[in-house]
Amino acid sequence: MRFALKAGGGDGARCGVMNFGAALAPVDTPCLLLSTRRGLPSFVSTDLLPELHPDARVLHVNPVHFLEGPPVSTIHEIGGGHKLLNLQGNALVSLARDSIVSEPDGEGNTKLGAAFNTSSGRRVIGPAKYMELVNALKPNVWASIADELPTWVSQRRNKLSVDRTLQWLDKCLGLQSVGENTSFGTIVGGASIEERKRSASETAKRNVSGFFIGGFGLGESPEDRLTLLQSVTDCLPKDLPRIISGLGMPEEILQAVSTGVDIFDSTYPHTLTKGGYAMTFPLSMDEKPWKFSLEDGAELGADFTKINLRSIAYRCDVTPLKPGCTCYTCQKHTRAYINHLLNTHEMVAQTLLDMHNIHHYLSFFQAIRDAICGSYFEEFQHWFIGQRRYCESECFDVNVSLLTPEAANIL
Amino acid sequence: ARAAKLTLPHYECLTPMFMPVGTQGSIKGLTSGQLEELGCQIVLGNTYHLALRPGAELLDAVGGLHEFMNWQRGLLTDSGGFQMVSLLHLADITEEGVTFQSPVDGKQMLLTPEESIRIQNKIGADVIMALDDVVKTTITGPRVEEAMYRTLRWIDRCISAHSRPRDQNLFGIVQGGLDPHLRQGKKAKDICVKGMVERNLPGYAIGGLAGGEEKDSFWRVVAQCTAGLPDDKPRYVMGVGFPLDIVVCSALGADMYDCVYPTRTARFGTALVPEGVLKLKHASMATDTRPIDASCSCMVCKNYTRAYIHTLVTKEAMGSQLVSYHNVFYMMRLSNDLHTSILEGRFPE
Repeated sequence: MRFALKAGGGDGARCGVMNFGAALAPVDTPCLLLSTRRGLPSFVSTDLLPELHPDARVLHVNPVHFLEGPPVSTIHEIGGGHKLLNLQGNALVSLARDSIVSEPDGEGNTKLGAAFNTSSGRRVIGPAKYMELVNALKPNVWASIADELPTWVSQRRNKLSVDRTLQWLDKCLGLQSVGENTSFGTIVGGASIEERKRSASETAKRNVSGFFIGGFGLGESPEDRLTLLQSVTDCLPKDLPRIISGLGMPEEILQAVSTGVDIFDSTYPHTLTKGGYAMTFPLSMDEKPWKFSLEDGAELGADFTKINLRSIAYRCDVTPLKPGCTCYTCQKHTRAYINHLLNTHEMVAQTLLDMHNIHHYLSFFQAIRDAICGSYFEEFQHWFIGQRRYCESECFDVNVSLLTPEAANIL
Repeated sequence: ARAAKLTLPHYECLTPMFMPVGTQGSIKGLTSGQLEELGCQIVLGNTYHLALRPGAELLDAVGGLHEFMNWQRGLLTDSGGFQMVSLLHLADITEEGVTFQSPVDGKQMLLTPEESIRIQNKIGADVIMALDDVVKTTITGPRVEEAMYRTLRWIDRCISAHSRPRDQNLFGIVQGGLDPHLRQGKKAKDICVKGMVERNLPGYAIGGLAGGEEKDSFWRVVAQCTAGLPDDKPRYVMGVGFPLDIVVCSALGADMYDCVYPTRTARFGTALVPEGVLKLKHASMATDTRPIDASCSCMVCKNYTRAYIHTLVTKEAMGSQLVSYHNVFYMMRLSNDLHTSILEGRFPE
């Protein structure tokens, strides 16, 4: 993997390109990693990925998900993660962070390894076991295993986690057989600026090709996060990429982009899909904002950023999830159909919603890249946060009747 | 055995043909686009369930089930008759119709022949089924005869109620149990077949089977019915099922089949293979690097190993999706093989 800066690159937001080798098309950053469980997206099979979005080809594959199988020898026999998962032509990024099932909670990590909750119970994984899995999967990029902790641990414990994480990084680097330019060092340090800086600068001294900024999304406030992130990226070489995990909301993404983070493992689309929501927030400053009162919003099952497809308001609504959206679901299906599928607990509801939500979020990242390369990122960020805020004076009356004239009698 | 072309308003089908079941307006885990890729020709919907959710009036308002689920090929709706068996503890059957207690909200619904056809007219499928009086195959005695005669009375009510004979084909269903003898040595099924044929319907189904009866009885009844049904109309054996049963019924002259088995068994981690079934949950699959079926050209068999799918089945929704994908493809391939082997004169092999 080789990384090159394209635009920005001062202390703030930057655009870059990741080259994973001749077999894969280059990837523009800032970019989103698709979440997976046991190697594949939760609801969208690989044959649907090309239709989902042209950028749907970089995935976060968590080695810890493979503790229960297939055995390492079998993965080697099959020929590595790309073949195992039918993801040849895609870039796989391996992080030991699972934001869906097993967030780090500070319990269970020992000097032997980090603790994870799996469907066969809590397992403690050290560098040796972790690298066994990483070496078998052969991802394009992998980050070292870390002693990730929430922000409320003691200072002493936090300091220990920085030392431990560095030791584990060195061990991982010594054990790796994935290949050159694949190793990323993991940075921790909790809510202490001092420890964050120490972790970042020490990690930067190692022979790594990039950095995984761990330990965020675990109890720090958004204001603290900005300061902490800035203190980390200030200590990192500009020409190497930075990945972060655990940030959900678009505002958090924008904040991290402004401090110089390039790659994002975010579970926001997944969370929305599980809840029956479809993203609808505008992606361009030209798009007219759709603001309505809280009462109307309750009737519509919506706020400015998403709609709740379980709401009865959509029972007869034959418009797409987001009018104008070019995703598979919006081209082929209606709100009414998704509403019905959710009501009847049909699995394909999640597939269709996920295809829309991932598409929408990938388009959001494209808008971010456009803004950075067009030198208007700060304006974009300011606009984006502003249009998501509720403001009484900006609301106008909405005709809550979303029913077609023929269907109006049905409810 | 016969190979045929069945021309419907939405699609031209080749038979013998298996029809996967999308009870509530979707085949579990697969998108409409994937179903097309898999070669599905007709998909089933269920009148009873669709009438409950999303409701017949809503489907009518949006232009029918084809529009609602965006499936542009063939659709067939069952009349709600099978629920008389599957939901028997919630049903009360009289001459007028069947009163169901909804498993969703406990409300009462009276399904008469007229009401079933009215709902099916609103759903808009290419083929609709008459409401028949269905009894469990293991039942014997006078109830069987009662059901058979009632089915004949109900078909006339269905025909009268049918408001769209130009774009929806009403199939009659032959009932009559597993061959009980009646007066003058006449068998129940024969009486029903004769009655149905007299009504000159677009197609005929053989019902009341596929409920756990002995195979010997099952095949004999199918043969008996196909012998009496006209050659130039399709024969649909409802609720079949296992690949072997489909091959045998095709040999006996049937053309159309439906069953939840391929998709349901997929969700339990069982894949259909030429040798029978492959239980992907089994421990021996954990290190098996072969595809599910080496002779299968579907996306799953070309790209995944048994070992990997073993880690997914019953644990991740993706496991259900992948095995369902293969199983549906397997049934489509079976249908296609039957059709072409008959055309090429090598069906016996």
